[in-house]
Formats: sequence, C-alpha cells, structure tokens
Amino acid sequence: MDKTWDCPAAAVADIPDGASVMIGGFGGSGAPIELIHALIDRGPRDLTVINNNAGNGRIGIAAMIDAGMVRKIICSFPKSKDPRAFTEAYLAGRIELELVPQGTLAERIRAGGAGIPAFYTPTSFGTELAAGKPTAEFDGRGYVQERWLKADYALVKAETADRHGNLVYRKAGRNFGPLMCMAAAATIVQASRIVEPGAIDPEHVVTPGLFVDRVIAVPDARQEEDLNIEGAVYA
Amino acid sequence: MSNIANIKLSNAQIAWRAAQDIEDGSYVNLGIGFPEMVARYQVAGRKAIYHTENGILDFGPAPAPGQEDWDLINAGKKAVTLNPGAAFFHHADSFAMVRGGHLDVAILGAFEVAENGDLANWSVGKGGVPAVGGAMDLVHGAKRVAVITDHLTKTGAPKLVERCSLPLTGVGCVTRVYTSLAVVDIEAGRFVLREKLAAITLGDLQAVTGATLNLDGPVAALTVPEL
Repeated sequence: MDKTWDCPAAAVADIPDGASVMIGGFGGSGAPIELIHALIDRGPRDLTVINNNAGNGRIGIAAMIDAGMVRKIICSFPKSKDPRAFTEAYLAGRIELELVPQGTLAERIRAGGAGIPAFYTPTSFGTELAAGKPTAEFDGRGYVQERWLKADYALVKAETADRHGNLVYRKAGRNFGPLMCMAAAATIVQASRIVEPGAIDPEHVVTPGLFVDRVIAVPDARQEEDLNIEGAVYA
Repeated sequence: MSNIANIKLSNAQIAWRAAQDIEDGSYVNLGIGFPEMVARYQVAGRKAIYHTENGILDFGPAPAPGQEDWDLINAGKKAVTLNPGAAFFHHADSFAMVRGGHLDVAILGAFEVAENGDLANWSVGKGGVPAVGGAMDLVHGAKRVAVITDHLTKTGAPKLVERCSLPLTGVGCVTRVYTSLAVVDIEAGRFVLREKLAAITLGDLQAVTGATLNLDGPVAALTVPEL
C-alpha cells in the first residue's frame, strides 16, 4: 500500500466541473494553499466549496473565486481581513452562500464521515438560520435537525503523513482537517513530510490512514497569512 | 440626567469587572473582539483556561511582533501563544466542548440583549455579507453565558431591551450582562439590577434601559480601578 502521489497537480487532476470540495483550514491556519493553487491551474468550474471561511486576499479560496471556479460556498464566516473576492462575487449574485453556524458545520461534516444522516442541536434554534428546518423538543429544550454534509473531494493540509495516509497535523492547523478527511469520497492531503509506515507512533496518529486516499509531499508549504502579508496574488 | 459619556466605564473597565467573576479553574471562551480583553484582567491567584473554537485549550497572550506562528491563532485569527498544559483538538471536539456544556463561562459581545435572555450579536439584518461564525454555538455552550457591552449603542439607543429587534443569535441564553453603567442579571424573564455606578441614579439608569430594571435586594456600587 502506497498512497503517495508525485505532485499536487497530479493529485487534483481528476476533480471535475460541478464537484463538491471540502477545503481544510480556519482562516490561513491549516489552509492547503499548494493544493488549492494546483486546482486553480487545473481550472474546474461550478464547484461547491466547503470551508470555514470564504477566502482572504488574492490567493487560495479567494483566487478560486476570482478565477470564476466557485458556484457555491458553504461556510460559517465569509469575512476576512481582505474579503474582496467573495464579497464582490456575492453582492453581484455570481456565488451562492449557505451560511452555517461553525459548530454545526463541523458536526455536519463529522456526521457525513460517520454515516449519520441527521442530528439535533440547540444551535440556531429560534433564529433565522433554522428557518425551514425540522425542530423537536428533548427534555424541555428546543433543538434543530441538521443534515450530514459530504463531498466528492477534500483538500487537507497535514504536517506529517506516512505512506498509508496516517496523519499528524500542526498545532491549530488541525481544525477541520480530520473531519473533512472522513467526509469526502476522495481525500487529498498535502503533508510537509512523508515518512515510512511505523515512523509515526500509533499513539500519535490523529487521522487514521483509512480516511485518506492520496498524500503529496509539499515540504516548503507556505502559510496563507504570510503570503497575504507579502501581498501575494495567485492568478 | 447624568452625563453618561463622562461617567461610563471604558471597555477595559467592563472587561475587568467581568474578569472578577471568573473563578479559579474555569474553562472560558471569550468572543472575538472586545471580549478577548477579559483575559488581560484575570484575577491574580486564579487560573482560567481559555478555549478557542479553532482547537486550542489554554492559549496565552499574543507573541512579540515577528514571532507569530500562523498555525497558532485564536478565533479572531490573531496570533497567540501556548501555556504549559495546552491542548490541540479538531473542530468537532472543540464544539463538543461548547455544545456539550463543558465550558464554565462564555463571554460575548452584543448588539441587543432582551430581558428574556435572548441575544442578538451576529447580524444587523440589512444587506451586506452575513457571517455567523461560532456565535450561535457559543450561546448554548457554557454553564454561564455573559455579555459585555456598552449600555447604549453609538447612537444612544438602549442595548438592554424588552425584545430584540435584530436577528437573534440565541433564545433565552444570556444570564448576566456587564455594561458600561451596571451589572444586570437575567432571571425568570426579567432584568435584575445587581450593581450600578454610584454616579448615576436609579432613575437615570432606568431611563437609558429599554426594559424594566427590577430590584432583588440591595444594589451594590459598581466599582472598578482606573485602567
């Protein structure tokens, strides 16, 4: 078993028009910038992107939006230091937004990965974000039914991967990564280093390789925040 | 009428007052922006552990400029540091901490708080790009959900109201409000005044509050240091 792929371009080459793509990261932390930019080079359109945010600056998800690749975003917080790309596309009606409370977004993705089609949560009960959703009362308290969220692909950044796809993340860059790895039909991971099976202590594996399909070594991965500080543009 | 602009607490002083109620050993989430300031005023001798939605327990203050690690950020996407004993976890575990009721205190900002405990703090309800983040989760996530806020909006309207007019973040979720003029509890669908600045009369405080301030025993003086 060897899940390593040669380069980001090869690993994302089969993502077609209309695909749903989960992208890890909370702001720039854990954002798989090199995989995203490889996907921009490839250029599929009408994508549904699932991320906590909706891009910052002129790189990453913002550059995907600028390139006209994104039909819909499912996220909790489509604002950032420099939200121009999303804001302009949204206000012009070029992009659809499904706004989801952050914990509900995480749990929907987890549920998708765990084979649980729906669950109840107190989050959003009695608010406009619960409009049209079934509700129920449990032990005297109101809850909203939320559905699982799955995707065709996930793009995730890890610190270390082994050839079987076992993953260790870096600090708070972990965020949505372990959930998205579970919830996508094909999970594509960029890792700062790839090691032989056994080199990661089994006690330390965060995402078991079963949830991962492709791993690509990106040893010099950049931080989205650093690129934005430099004023980087990907086009 | 007292000149409210001259007597009201600064944001730092409101944050200081809220910090006095955080007990030793508490797990605490501070909303992004103004509530983050509460951590500066942790009471000496008490240890609170701060939670951030993006997957850290026990983070510390910002690093020195140039020392930022952009995988170490808080929910406001500002760089933070780690305290000894910190932990990382993924987003579903993070929100299990929230929605499972494992946090002791959440301190959030507000556009409006109603006497029934409803909170509006995520949307001003008109146009633009809506963004909710973790606000709707946090209001259901802690044993105690407190709000820190100016008593009035920038245009002078009361923020403590009978019913919220803006889109709700959560229903019946707030238990205490620390404002620039007073400390108010929410009990059984009504505001109960606990502390007020000595410089404002009860009548004047009521006049700038959008719902009845009930009394339940003596009202203490709201006293804070110069900060």
